[in-house]
Amino acid sequence: MLQKLYDWVDERVDITPLWRDIADHEVPEHVNPAHHFSAFVYCFGGLTFFVTVIQILSGMFLTMYYVPDIENAWKSVYYLQREVAYGQIVRGMHHWGASLVIVMLFLHTLRVFFQGAYKKPRELNWVIGVLLFFVMLGLGFTGYLLPWDNKAYFATQVGLEIAAATPVIGDGIRTLLAGDPSIVGAQTLTRFFAIHVFFLPAALFGLMAFHFILIRKQGISGPL
Amino acid sequence: MHRGKGMKFVGDSRVTAEKKANLPKDYSEYPGRTEAFWPNFLLKEWLVGSVFLIGFLILTAAHPSPLEQQADPTNAGYIPLPDWYFLFLYQFLKYQYAGGEFIVLGAIVMPGLAFGALLLAPFLDRGPERRPTKRPIAVGLMLLGVFATFWLTYESVQHADYAHRAEKYGVNVEAVESEIDKSGPGWEVYEANCMSCHGEALQGQGNYPSLMDTEKSADEIKDIAQNGIGQMPAGIFNGSDEELQQLADFIKNAGSGGGGEGGSSEGESSEEGSSEDGESASGH
Ligand code: HEM
Repeated sequence: MLQKLYDWVDERVDITPLWRDIADHEVPEHVNPAHHFSAFVYCFGGLTFFVTVIQILSGMFLTMYYVPDIENAWKSVYYLQREVAYGQIVRGMHHWGASLVIVMLFLHTLRVFFQGAYKKPRELNWVIGVLLFFVMLGLGFTGYLLPWDNKAYFATQVGLEIAAATPVIGDGIRTLLAGDPSIVGAQTLTRFFAIHVFFLPAALFGLMAFHFILIRKQGISGPL
Repeated sequence: MHRGKGMKFVGDSRVTAEKKANLPKDYSEYPGRTEAFWPNFLLKEWLVGSVFLIGFLILTAAHPSPLEQQADPTNAGYIPLPDWYFLFLYQFLKYQYAGGEFIVLGAIVMPGLAFGALLLAPFLDRGPERRPTKRPIAVGLMLLGVFATFWLTYESVQHADYAHRAEKYGVNVEAVESEIDKSGPGWEVYEANCMSCHGEALQGQGNYPSLMDTEKSADEIKDIAQNGIGQMPAGIFNGSDEELQQLADFIKNAGSGGGGEGGSSEGESSEEGSSEDGESASGH
């Protein structure tokens, strides 16, 4: 049955080469923890991806309840956490996942760095990786404001002041992010929401796609 | 790949009509114990992923994510604190030559150089050697950066009293969710005599303990209202004996309504509750 379905699609779309590109590749001995336990360091990239998937899924569920306006944002988070079945778990996964993804990124970066895996021909993928790191930090910064509690509000105020310290364009950056040259308020919350939910994830997906295509093209770096 | 004449297509499309077998590659000639990703290795990855997920879910179930009181821009005394992975930068800006009038140096120039170097690492460390011992400068600088980041984070955490913050800034679930009976006569007496200290929802504040779920009897409450207790002075209540009785009944019954399950699921607020109990106990 499944095979028939596959053949039906394959006849029309010719997906076999695509499927082979995605699924059929080798896992060399030196990256396989089944053969060398120390190869677990190669898991950090995959685990980063795994937590990213958790973030995306839990985030999608969060938006079913979250209301991005200053009157209701905090109340909606409170309601989700206290009244909604499994709301505590959904928010918990997104909250702890945000920390875990940074930890995993950090470990992955250190693995790549200390192994010198960024050397020719993988320079570009390193640069893409660091951009991914920046995007993740941006997601952390914008997401922190969304519950609209005191720690969110005041940390964002400090963060925006730091951004505003940039010479020449500082005030421009602040106004762009906060929606106002000095107030952190209704505009800031909606902008951070848009950045957190649309702009940065879009950048993240694009960069991740590039990252993975390059890994597949170049193969994993060889043993040291 | 088919070249030259004789290609066949599906309908008028560009999909070739020739059937190709969907065979996995043969890895037997690759060096070492190479394994096929699909499905062999993926199954193992799935296992690791499941264990990881279980650990992660235990973490989320054991530690409810914190939520402080709703943002209040007029709250002048609030000490801001970013999420832990920004603490290193936050701490860095507290040093004399990184913050204040040197903010451009501390917030832009130095982090810019550090992260810029990270971004451009492959173009700065260009030798062919991959082993850490063969590229001491790059590895040394990285270790220095990692050490500095850890150190700054540690310093920052040292100064932040998380338990105290949770107690002071956490949501008081009882106050938010209590369903106090404001229709009875007891509420009016409470409002007139006690509310200025013990709060609109009997939640207490600072040194004033919460009166929700009090374990004291109505008679004890009457006594405290008239004669004080601990730091609470005598003579605060003034009104008739009938009002005193109404007040005692009101306070006695206030916690039994909606706020009962209050502190059970939120870590912060239960901490808050217990510390207040401690304070009221020490008042004896
Ligand atoms: C969302 C973030 C990221 C994801 C999901 C991700 C995922 C992955 C995965 C699955 C691999 C395969 C090898 C492994 O797992 O270790 C990999 C390799 C690599 N990553 Fe990342 N990564 C991310 C961020 C980064 C960052 C921040 C850097 C560097 C600053 C980086 C640089 C590299 C490089 C250079 C490779 C090739 C390493 C080699 O061939 O040995 N990546 N990444």
